[in-house]
Amino acid sequence: MNTLVKSSDRLVRFVNRRLSGRAVNQLMVRIPYIWLLLFFLLPLVIILKISLADPVMARPPYTPMFDWAAGAVQWFQGTLDNYRAIFNDRLYMYTYWSSVKFASVSTVLVLLIGYPMAYAIARAEGKWRTIFLLLVILPFWTSFLLRVYAWLGLLNTYGLINKTLMGLGIIDAPLEMMYTDFAVYIGIVYSYLPFMILPLYASLEKLDGDLRDAAADLGAGPVRTFIDVTLPLSLPGVIAGSMLVFIPAMGEYVIPTLLGGPDNLMIGRVLYDEYFFNMDWPLSSAIAIVLLSLLIVPIMILRYFQDKEAAA
Amino acid sequence: MNDSGNVYKQHETIAVNTEAKSAPIGHGRPWMDPTIEPFIRVEGVSKHFGDFAAVDRVDLDIYQGELFSILGGSGSGKTTLLRVLAGFEEPSTGRVVIDGVDMAGIPPHRRPVNMMFQSYALFPHMTVAKNIAYGLKRDGMRKAVISERVADVLDLVQMSDFGPRKPAQLSGGQRQRVALARAIVKRPKVLLLDEPLGALDKKLRESTQFELANIQYKSGITFIVVTHDQEEAMTLSTRIAVMDQGRFPQVGTPTEIYEYPETRFTADFIGTINSFEGSVESVSGSEMSVSLPALDMTLQVPVKNGISNGDTVCLAVRPEKIWISTSPPETADTAVLTGTVEDQGYFGNLSLYRVRLETGEIIQVSAQNRERQSERMIDWDATVHIHWDIASMVLLKE
Ligand SMILES: Nc1ncnc2c1ncn2[C@@H]1O[C@H](COP(=O)(O)OP(=O)(O)O)[C@@H](O)[C@H]1O
Ligand SMILES: [Mg+2]
Repeated sequence: MNTLVKSSDRLVRFVNRRLSGRAVNQLMVRIPYIWLLLFFLLPLVIILKISLADPVMARPPYTPMFDWAAGAVQWFQGTLDNYRAIFNDRLYMYTYWSSVKFASVSTVLVLLIGYPMAYAIARAEGKWRTIFLLLVILPFWTSFLLRVYAWLGLLNTYGLINKTLMGLGIIDAPLEMMYTDFAVYIGIVYSYLPFMILPLYASLEKLDGDLRDAAADLGAGPVRTFIDVTLPLSLPGVIAGSMLVFIPAMGEYVIPTLLGGPDNLMIGRVLYDEYFFNMDWPLSSAIAIVLLSLLIVPIMILRYFQDKEAAA
Repeated sequence: MNDSGNVYKQHETIAVNTEAKSAPIGHGRPWMDPTIEPFIRVEGVSKHFGDFAAVDRVDLDIYQGELFSILGGSGSGKTTLLRVLAGFEEPSTGRVVIDGVDMAGIPPHRRPVNMMFQSYALFPHMTVAKNIAYGLKRDGMRKAVISERVADVLDLVQMSDFGPRKPAQLSGGQRQRVALARAIVKRPKVLLLDEPLGALDKKLRESTQFELANIQYKSGITFIVVTHDQEEAMTLSTRIAVMDQGRFPQVGTPTEIYEYPETRFTADFIGTINSFEGSVESVSGSEMSVSLPALDMTLQVPVKNGISNGDTVCLAVRPEKIWISTSPPETADTAVLTGTVEDQGYFGNLSLYRVRLETGEIIQVSAQNRERQSERMIDWDATVHIHWDIASMVLLKE
């Protein structure tokens, strides 16, 4: 009995020593990095690799990068043809441009609509604040796809909006809203509004009311106070919200496909088509890599502002 | 901060509006002179938050050039009252008149007052110089004039080298000076200061107190200072309003407040006091006799309005007004009480004693240590004799 207790004691001590050791701590610290490595960096490397291959009618539909049979000498078999194809094709370049345009205009629209909403929520009484925030988050409880589909019912030629407007006698013929750029904007603005409101709210909510009072005390009217104090101090929220809208809007596929016209060109859609209809994995991978490079620019801007703020 | 000559010199440049100069500060007692109009009138002002009255029907007249203190504990409504004066809160009742103008409906940015916030409220995204220049810019002043005045006021608060810094790069004391500089640079008619020295440690607070009074004296701006520190209020102010639960139990000069407290709250809040309950035995002419069971004696004191036979009153005396000795005093116009020293504290310049009387009542006495002593003259458990002048007693309202 005694020896059993003793040896179990020793075991417990041993395990404890191991668990509290540096090794475990190090592992805990590194888990996020391991995660990033496995699920973000590795897929990216794979995509990059595919983008450098040639399409073939095979499975997988691209040439292998490492020719094991040929031996180590010819181990790399990459080509930049896919990138050349993208940069030489005006249609692709136009599509990128068009995506930047859609994403930028939508971001500005979302900001213009989201800022007053976030401001109102941040200034509301405690109880109302919770309710408003809940309302902002509420749409997430329904599938994104369903919510976009719902706009079909609203924007259709004989959808709710047209019927109502005609019923009220405001218009005679139904407006053509569905399958237009207008519908795409509506879809993006609607879908991404919460991503703007939440970071804006976070930065407006922690803004000290005394600062606003101090500006008023020193002679600033409400508009000046907003421009000089509220806006600059909520800039981190503006930037974070804009990134959260701009980046996914750039690669948006569902909204332009469901709500946009057949001639709507957004890069997400082109990518999808190349991948699934043309089975050109290397080209679509190259498209994705170029898209990623485009997005890195705004991310760098974000980092720049964050660093500047941290330094201040 | 030690170079006070510097402060004087700079003061010529900061110069003050002429109205302020025409009314010398610290001279006379404008509140005693019926021909002088108060500069700020607070008439029956209340501020309710729901059912709760943070400020409860207060009246106040403050005169030009005063350094007026509002003294009260935490939550007594001091900040709320300042915010009403600054225009951040509309009063629920009553009105505020500043320089003859009713302030009702006048937004903060149009009022001739500036406020130094308890939190300092410095703009974190602007440098010290930009913070100070902000108010001047709003007045549409020329750039050259602005930078001159910013430099002057930075000199005044001895922060000349800190203009390009951000508030986050300053210590608490430095931020406090910047906040003060930002509030006075506009040369307002009235400066509201919410616990201006609250964040400073004791030593720095004492030196800054006098600096503040000096700046006030030189600039001639009417200061309304909110504080919970009674010493600060006593040393700085022309007058003090004691605040408690949204009301003013007493308004008066530091001497009046200390020597003639009207209520028990005031007497207890400022300094220490021995107070005894008693009942009025008889009223005759200008005198009445009050029996004090705690002291086992009956005293003749001047009559106060509205007091009649049988009323319960409270008589009080401050510890330093009491004589204490180990041998019975030779001259005693009043009754001498005997007791034992239950506790004593030696503070160098003075000693405090807690004396237990035969009735069980404990009386606090403080005595100057006038003679150098190697031993304590009055020690624990010593039998002592104490007495005081009846005239130094005050009659308190509950
Ligand atoms: N905006 C507000 N809403 C509700 N209650 C408030 C508000 N501001 C102050 N109070 C209450 O009013 C009382 C006085 O507050 P305040 O004026 O800040 O006191 P002080 O400055 O003397 O410490 C406190 O009990 C406080 O809780
Ligand atoms: Mg306060």
